[in-house]
Amino acid sequence: MSDAAMDTSGAAPQPTKSLMTEDARTKKRNASERRFRYYGIAAIGTGLFFLIALLTAILTAGIPAFRQAVVEIPFTMTQEQYDEAEAAMLKTGIYTGYFIDGLSAEMKERGVDIEFDKAAVDRLLGKVGGQLRAYYRDNEDQLGQPIGFEVAASSRVDRYLKGTFTRGDLVEGNRFFMPEDFDLIDAMRDAGIVKQVFNWTFITGVDTGVDNPGGAGIGASVLGSFFMMLVVLVLALPIGVAASIYLEEFAPKNRFTDLIEVNISNLAAVPSIVFGILGLAVFIQFAHLPQSAPLVGGLVLTLMTLPTIIISTRASLKAVPPSIRDAALGVGASKMQAVFHHVLPLAAPGILTGTIIGLAQALGETAPLLLIGMVGFVARYPEALIDGFLEPNSAVPAQIYNWAARSDAVFTEKAWGGIIILLLFLITMNTIAVILRRRFERRW
Amino acid sequence: MPILWLLLIVLAISAVGYVVGRRRALASVGHDGRALHSLPVYYGANAFLKAIVPAAGVVLVWLLAQPLFVDNRVSQMIPDSEIREGSSRGLLMSEVRRTADGIGNAVRAGVLDDDLARDPGANAEDMTATLKEAGQVVTSNITQPVLNAAQAYRSMIERSNVLMTIAAIAVAIAGGAWGVMQSSGTFRARNVVEQGVLALLIAAASVAILTTIGIVLSLVFNTVEFFRLYPASDFFTLLEWAPSFSGRGGASSLGIIPLLWGTFYISLVALLVAVPVGLFAAIYLSEYATPRVRGIAKPLLEILAGIPTIVYGLFALLTIGPLLLSVFGDSTGLGWMQGQRAVLTAGIAMGIMLIPFVSSLSDDIINAVPQAMRDGSYGLGATKSETIKQVVLPAALPGIVGAILLAASRAIGETMIVVLGAGAAARLSLNPFEAMTTVTAKIVSQLTGDSDFASPEALVAFALGMTLFLMTLCLNVFALYIVRKYREQYD
Repeated sequence: MSDAAMDTSGAAPQPTKSLMTEDARTKKRNASERRFRYYGIAAIGTGLFFLIALLTAILTAGIPAFRQAVVEIPFTMTQEQYDEAEAAMLKTGIYTGYFIDGLSAEMKERGVDIEFDKAAVDRLLGKVGGQLRAYYRDNEDQLGQPIGFEVAASSRVDRYLKGTFTRGDLVEGNRFFMPEDFDLIDAMRDAGIVKQVFNWTFITGVDTGVDNPGGAGIGASVLGSFFMMLVVLVLALPIGVAASIYLEEFAPKNRFTDLIEVNISNLAAVPSIVFGILGLAVFIQFAHLPQSAPLVGGLVLTLMTLPTIIISTRASLKAVPPSIRDAALGVGASKMQAVFHHVLPLAAPGILTGTIIGLAQALGETAPLLLIGMVGFVARYPEALIDGFLEPNSAVPAQIYNWAARSDAVFTEKAWGGIIILLLFLITMNTIAVILRRRFERRW
Repeated sequence: MPILWLLLIVLAISAVGYVVGRRRALASVGHDGRALHSLPVYYGANAFLKAIVPAAGVVLVWLLAQPLFVDNRVSQMIPDSEIREGSSRGLLMSEVRRTADGIGNAVRAGVLDDDLARDPGANAEDMTATLKEAGQVVTSNITQPVLNAAQAYRSMIERSNVLMTIAAIAVAIAGGAWGVMQSSGTFRARNVVEQGVLALLIAAASVAILTTIGIVLSLVFNTVEFFRLYPASDFFTLLEWAPSFSGRGGASSLGIIPLLWGTFYISLVALLVAVPVGLFAAIYLSEYATPRVRGIAKPLLEILAGIPTIVYGLFALLTIGPLLLSVFGDSTGLGWMQGQRAVLTAGIAMGIMLIPFVSSLSDDIINAVPQAMRDGSYGLGATKSETIKQVVLPAALPGIVGAILLAASRAIGETMIVVLGAGAAARLSLNPFEAMTTVTAKIVSQLTGDSDFASPEALVAFALGMTLFLMTLCLNVFALYIVRKYREQYD
């Protein structure tokens, strides 16, 4: 029985208010409606806030890695000075002396007067003498000519000028940096001979030991990643496309097909580190392939990327309408010919897009690479093409991890810089994928 | 390098087979293509496939079987007396391999005379000194049996490589010749080639099965090996994780429970961040947002899913950690947090990573709820939020639970964020500000840079991997089952 039936005391209940004015209950319901909507907006706002926070953190912390402080002074060395230095026992010491003379003369000329010694120059600018000597030995014709001589400042100078290393941060008794060095940097900055230039070493260089954080670069590991991606592309694309063609066009409905399908969907969700264990046990422990080699990394990433490529390839094969197949079969093509001559070319843009996205995913993967040993300290480029596959190398994400795990703040900066490089690659790849999709995708 | 050359030679033989087969077929019908059963290309392709596929198969099988065979033969040469206390045959075998590699490299570098390298009477101590001089990594002094085994190993591998090259080339030539002989006008080349291609397609599709088998076998074998060295009951019940690398077994206690707790706790924090945000974002995007807002906000949120996990790891360690520390650390007087690595640090970063995962899966599921159900609810006078809360969400609940389980499986298997953000100490604690560690982080720390898995401290990583694999597999299968069942309900 409803409430209305029991409420028999009188005539129909009189509406106490107009429908146009909200009663308390309606107000409550509308308020809760508004609140619910705000929750949704807040959730999206939170998500976007995290995105912005992440990107801001990456950019603010990473961009300094691309800049480098250099000290540039006009410098002239006469033939006599050169001969005298070359004849001496401690050649670089003499050259350093020349440089210091040049530096203080230049600073005086610019109206800054400060006392400093050779040790301070060594601390701030590294082995200037050696650089100067190397320059003049290579360019003897420059003797007697005025040149602009440029020396890269040490990483601490760099960080002081960028503001990430302040006087307060200096630990007592640091023999790499003395309190008076700050005054010298300030003086050089006031004289206007310190400038920021683009840090090419970071792009082209190789990893260095902990004693030279400023000179570390990401170049060799970019090459390692490149070779890995080559392996992934060469293996995963044909295997993935072949598997998808079979499953989508030829596979009969039976146990075996179901088994493959179940395996693919499960492999897509297996944690990446398990693929690392697989690579370690099968490729290194069992097959004795060289450890830390981009070839092994490529093989592991291939197995990891295959499900992604298979899933997207199948989707684009499925998108080709059956009428295409029917038409081909109708004019006498075999099933294989219909697929390879007609369906596959039409599905190619979709397959390519899926492959690029799969590659981008593989490029950012780190965990399996740690297990197969691609985190070692590698300080050289491969010498030959084949070495690129077989010699130990690092990869960009593994190199970033390696830098992040070191305590020196300069390496942290490099890690963020490496992330910018990694993200640039990913953005490029994804943009190409999107453009390909926009440009070639056909809707049927 | 020799294998690359071998493959190139086989490829060249196959190419020759293609050209000759095609020509022969055409010649057999007096260069009148219409008289052939198939297009001329198929006769060439027949010879090509018959040359390259069996040869590639021979190389592959040989490479798989060779280490097994050679290891077995060489390991029989080492007397039992040679195996020291606390060591094992496997450990000694890897020393043999290292020595063999070292000798090979030294000979190539010209430091070692090839005849001396093969001389079974060579003095082990001299050899050690020579190898060390040549910059080859030799861990300890090579004993005479190890040296002899290494020499045998090296010559066997060399002989085996020569045999493989001969076998592969012979098979390629034979196959190519067979294909060429078949090329005549009546031969149904297209059917044969298409069958061959189909077989290749099936083989490619089977790679997925092989990968799974490879994962399972590599986990199972090493896990069994681990349990032979370390009692399984300790592994599953001990409340302490303290591996010792110095003692080579014995002193370590390797209990998985603290690791499982850390994994569970961090995943829980991640889900507490990701599920409310992701779910409400999905509801708003699918029920309230205008197409314009949806078109902007959805791809932006999905950027979060495309960012590599190492980036989140660094973000956790260097941004979230210090931020939390400045709020909950000693500086504000709370003093709850000691270091920047903590459960919360890793959990929040992981939660951010999972937001798009939860939101796009839930979005699909909410969109799959039939419009008729919403219309019915509106018709009864319910507001939009009441409809969502009382009609749409209950209908979508199984699917959403599936999505959350998939997210949980992601969280459990996530590695880089916890390696960088969660710390290394295994603890059983409820304090989210404390550093804890997870199964994945310990797999990395136990295995990185290690190639000889003979100690329980290294092998335990495989047992951990097995646990991780089984946990995520069960979660995935269960979640996919729920999601699929739910989809069928409204199809």
